[in-house]
Amino acid sequence: MKFLVCIAPVPDTTAKIAFTDGDTKFNTAGVTMIINPYDEWYALVRALELKEAGIASAVHLVTVGAADAEPVIRKALALGGDEAFRIDTDSNDPYYVAVEIAHFAKDGGYDLVLTGKESIDYNNGVVGGAIAELLNANYVGFATKLDISGTTATVNREIEGGEETNTSPLPLVVSCQKGMAEARIPNMRGIMAARTKPLKVVPPTQATPLTQIVRYELPPAKTGVKMFTEEQVADLVQALHTEAKVI
Amino acid sequence: MSVIVFAEQSEGSFKKKALEAVQYAANIAERLGSSATAVVLGSIAGAAMQELGKYGASKVLHVADGRLDNFSSRAAAKALIAAANKESAKVIVLSHDVVGRAVAPRVSAALSAGLVAGAVALPEVGNGFVVRKNVFAGKAFADVSVNSEVKVITLMPNTFAVVAKDGTATVEALEVVFTDEDFSITVTATNKVSGTVPLSEAELVVSGGRGLKGPENWGILEDLAGALGASLACSRPVADSHWRPHHEHVGQTGGTIRPNLYIAVGISGAIQHLAGVNGSKTIVVINKDPEAPFFKAADYGIVGDALTIIPKLTAAVKAFKAS
Ligand SMILES: Cc1cc2nc3c(=O)[nH]c(=O)nc-3n(C[C@H](O)[C@H](O)[C@H](O)COP(=O)(O)OP(=O)(O)OC[C@H]3O[C@@H](n4cnc5c(N)ncnc54)[C@H](O)[C@@H]3O)c2cc1C
Ligand SMILES: Nc1ncnc2c1ncn2[C@@H]1O[C@H](COP(=O)(O)O)[C@@H](O)[C@H]1O
Repeated sequence: MKFLVCIAPVPDTTAKIAFTDGDTKFNTAGVTMIINPYDEWYALVRALELKEAGIASAVHLVTVGAADAEPVIRKALALGGDEAFRIDTDSNDPYYVAVEIAHFAKDGGYDLVLTGKESIDYNNGVVGGAIAELLNANYVGFATKLDISGTTATVNREIEGGEETNTSPLPLVVSCQKGMAEARIPNMRGIMAARTKPLKVVPPTQATPLTQIVRYELPPAKTGVKMFTEEQVADLVQALHTEAKVI
Repeated sequence: MSVIVFAEQSEGSFKKKALEAVQYAANIAERLGSSATAVVLGSIAGAAMQELGKYGASKVLHVADGRLDNFSSRAAAKALIAAANKESAKVIVLSHDVVGRAVAPRVSAALSAGLVAGAVALPEVGNGFVVRKNVFAGKAFADVSVNSEVKVITLMPNTFAVVAKDGTATVEALEVVFTDEDFSITVTATNKVSGTVPLSEAELVVSGGRGLKGPENWGILEDLAGALGASLACSRPVADSHWRPHHEHVGQTGGTIRPNLYIAVGISGAIQHLAGVNGSKTIVVINKDPEAPFFKAADYGIVGDALTIIPKLTAAVKAFKAS
């Protein structure tokens, strides 16, 4: 059984959010790129666990990104995974990213495609579901648990106010979040092995992005916090009513 | 040319966020000089669907197939696409919740329709079609231009107040041909916490962090939440330590919420926590450390020991409500 894990390179969670070119581009100066945490901690680690359990024979990684994404892909390979593919194009349109990945995966014979819940930069949560549609496969979003037995997957997914257990035939696309697995730290052996693992560059399709970010804006800064003492809780309640108008 | 909106029903009625999506779609339709058609799936009474007229839908397309009572992203997407084709829709609206977020990508991919996920404003339609959304976990906004002919939008819940007006929607049946494949995901177990407002819908939220010291101290937060009619949330270490269930965890790796009021008790305000809550309209921070970073993101604050402040605050809320 072959698995494909989608790895998005994203700015480090503590990166300063600033823009250039008249607020039309994210300022990458001094920003470290990391593996999208949902992809790393949950999708990739669960795929590796299922390989270690003898369920998957190969775990492939795919990234849609320019050459500067390669250190991030190498880091993913250091955690595990057999081969990586970089589709050589860059866009933050989730539809376009999904078209590229689906086109790549179509003839790859993947039984399971794993993505993260959402990318922490653009927060779409779109790529997984769109890949499923393009591959005519089932999709389980926001999954917290995944097991495979024979050709059936058992997946827990988040629902409003709780969780639900689903079973689905393969092939299947799953977007992964907390609960799925415990984060791992790459070890020296993994890092060494990753240097020689294949990282293939795949040309993009002729598709074009359907959306484009035309302007960024930072939210207005808070005007300053109004402090109360422990003895003034009644005044705080009054302020929430008359000033903030929230109660 | 109409605007299609997926009005999710649960057990025969519509939650606030479904009504909010309908109203949003109606407002877009108004901007485009067109009308809004809601799509409703599964078993529900006609009268409940007519009510969507109060939120601006002029028509409801009802796909009554009983199999739709169990959620299937494939079947829901197929129904929406059928409705969009029937109405020659240019815009398709869904809620940015677990259901809408599973269906919208399929619709986008099937129709080659650009998708804006998590919109927080009405589209600007004067010159092109530009929709604002949150990016970088709420640390910035992005204005996204959609260049395809059909556009899909998921609306962040709690973005707009919902106001009922006069009006009824006409209800029409829509036949959609499904295949077995569309229902090939089987639900084998459901584990739901009943009785509380889902966190993503809550207008008032009381949230606790490690500063509360242990699960035994959650009673005072429950009392405060009870007095306010608020839902409970928590920081990640609190859920990781099993003091509280995981679905209450908010932040970058947990839920994203934008309530009217977020009261953070004993939470330091780490950037990853703020990521899930900084869309809240008003933030109150209670922390014993005057240097806690959360105060920088707060509107109101109290420095001191939560264990003594919270019971006093609860009493003040009760006194306010009684007056
Ligand atoms: C990639 C990544 C993702 C993450 N995702 C999330 C996420 O989704 N959500 C999340 O919450 N965190 C997340 N974290 C963790 C985050 O960085 C913080 O560690 C976490 O939010 C801290 O939780 P806390 O504020 O409850 O605890 P602490 O940081 O321990 O803060 C406790 C606070 O309570 C105060 N306090 C102590 N005693 C009292 C008292 N008696 N009365 C009043 N105040 C008191 C202290 O002054 C302190 O400010 C993530 C971290 C990483 C690296
Ligand atoms: N550029 C990319 N390359 C590979 N996978 C991606 C890329 N962008 C997004 N993904 C995958 O899709 C998931 C959801 O991303 P998004 O829809 O952008 O929020 C991520 O967690 C990744 O697994």
